Amino acid sequence: LVADAEQTDWSALVFRVRDHQDKVAFAALFRHFAPRVKAFLMKSGATEALAEECAQDVMATLWQKARLFDAERASVATWVFTIARNRRIDALRKSRRPEPEDLPWGPEPEPDQAEVFEAQQETERLGAALSRLPLKQRVLIERAYFGDLSHSEIAAETGLPLGTIKSRIRLALERLRHQMDVKATER
Amino acid sequence: MKIKHHLSDELLMAYAAAELPEAFNLVIAAHLSLCDECRARSMAFDALGGAVIEDSTCEMAAGSLEACLSRIDGLEQTEVPVAQPAGAVLPAPVQDYVGGGLEAVKWRSLGMGVRQAILRTGDKGASARLLYIPAGAAMPDHGHRGLELTLVLQGAFRDEADRFGRGDIEIADDTVEHTPVAEAGEACICLVATQGALKFNALLPRLAQPFFRI
Ligand SMILES: [Zn+2]
Ligand SMILES: [Zn+2]
Repeated sequence: LVADAEQTDWSALVFRVRDHQDKVAFAALFRHFAPRVKAFLMKSGATEALAEECAQDVMATLWQKARLFDAERASVATWVFTIARNRRIDALRKSRRPEPEDLPWGPEPEPDQAEVFEAQQETERLGAALSRLPLKQRVLIERAYFGDLSHSEIAAETGLPLGTIKSRIRLALERLRHQMDVKATER
Repeated sequence: MKIKHHLSDELLMAYAAAELPEAFNLVIAAHLSLCDECRARSMAFDALGGAVIEDSTCEMAAGSLEACLSRIDGLEQTEVPVAQPAGAVLPAPVQDYVGGGLEAVKWRSLGMGVRQAILRTGDKGASARLLYIPAGAAMPDHGHRGLELTLVLQGAFRDEADRFGRGDIEIADDTVEHTPVAEAGEACICLVATQGALKFNALLPRLAQPFFRI
C-alpha cells in the first residue's frame, strides 16, 4: 500500500476529474481514499453503515469540489481529511467549525509542479515520521484525530493523568517537527 | 503591526481534529484570517490529519463505487468563490456570525461605555461575544472558570501579562485573573470566547452577570 501511495500522482487524478469529469480517474481515487475515510469515521465512533454512507458522501464532495483543490498547498490525502472531518462534524456532532477567510489567491488552474510534488511529499514524510514514533505517542496523536474524545475523556479511559497525555502529545509533535526539519535540510 | 501572541499547538491540533466548541473554532478561524504564521501551522496540522487518514483502511460495502458513481452522475461542480477584499475590522468568519461588518453589530451597553454583542453559537461548550472597550477604559476585573480566548480586532489592550494589539490572541485559563485596559487613542474591539461564565471580582458586576449573560 505504501508503494502504491508513492507511485500514484493523486493530484493528477483530481485534475482529470476537475477538467474532464473523468470517471476512471475518480474510480482510482475512490478505491484508495474511500476505504480510508470509512476507517477514519469508524474509529471516530460511527457505525459501519453510517461510515459507509459518509465515505460515499466525502467522495461525492471530492467530485463536486475538485475546482477548490489547491494542490500547491495540500496533498490529496490532506484535502480528503479536511472533507472527511467536516462530514464527521455533520454526522456525529452539531458544533460548527468556521473556516478562516479565503486567501486572496485561489487554487491555480496550472499549479507549479514542484510545489504540488512538495505537498504530496510532505504528507508521505509525515506518515513515515508518524510510524517511527514510539507507539504510546503515535496512539495518542491518532486518537486526537480519530477519537471524538477530548483529552479528559482519553484520560478517564486510559487512567493517565491529563498532564501526562498533554506532555506526551507535545513530545510527539516535537519529534515529528524535528524529523521534518532534518528531512528538509537534507534535500 | 506584527502579531506577537499566537495560538498554541494544542489549540491548533484540536481545531484540525474538530474537537472544540464552536465559539473557540470561531476565534481560531478569525485569528487564522489575520495571521499567516498560524495559518501555515494550521495547514501542517491538517497535513498530519492527512497522514493519519492514510494510515488505516477497511473494506467498502459491495457495489459502493457503483453507488457513488451514480450519485455523482450529473452533479454540478462547484465554482471557485471570489475572495472578499481583506482588511475589514471583522474577518470574514466573524462577519458570517454578525450578518455584516462592524456597522451591523447589535451592541448592548454594559455601563461605563463598555458594550458587548453575544454571537449565537450552536453548542453550549463555550460562548462567543464581541466586546467594545472605550479608549483608556477597563474591563471589569475577573477570573475564569475555564479557557478564555481573546482576539483583538481593533485598538489594543494591556493587562497583567502584556500588550495585545490587532491580531494578537490572549489565552487565559482558570489560573489567570486579569484586568484588561484599553490603550488610549482608539476604542478596543475584541472577539472573546469563554468556557464557563466569567467570575467577576467586584460586587456589582457579579450581580449583573446573569442579566448580561457574561
Ligand atoms: Zn498567529
Ligand atoms: Zn479574561
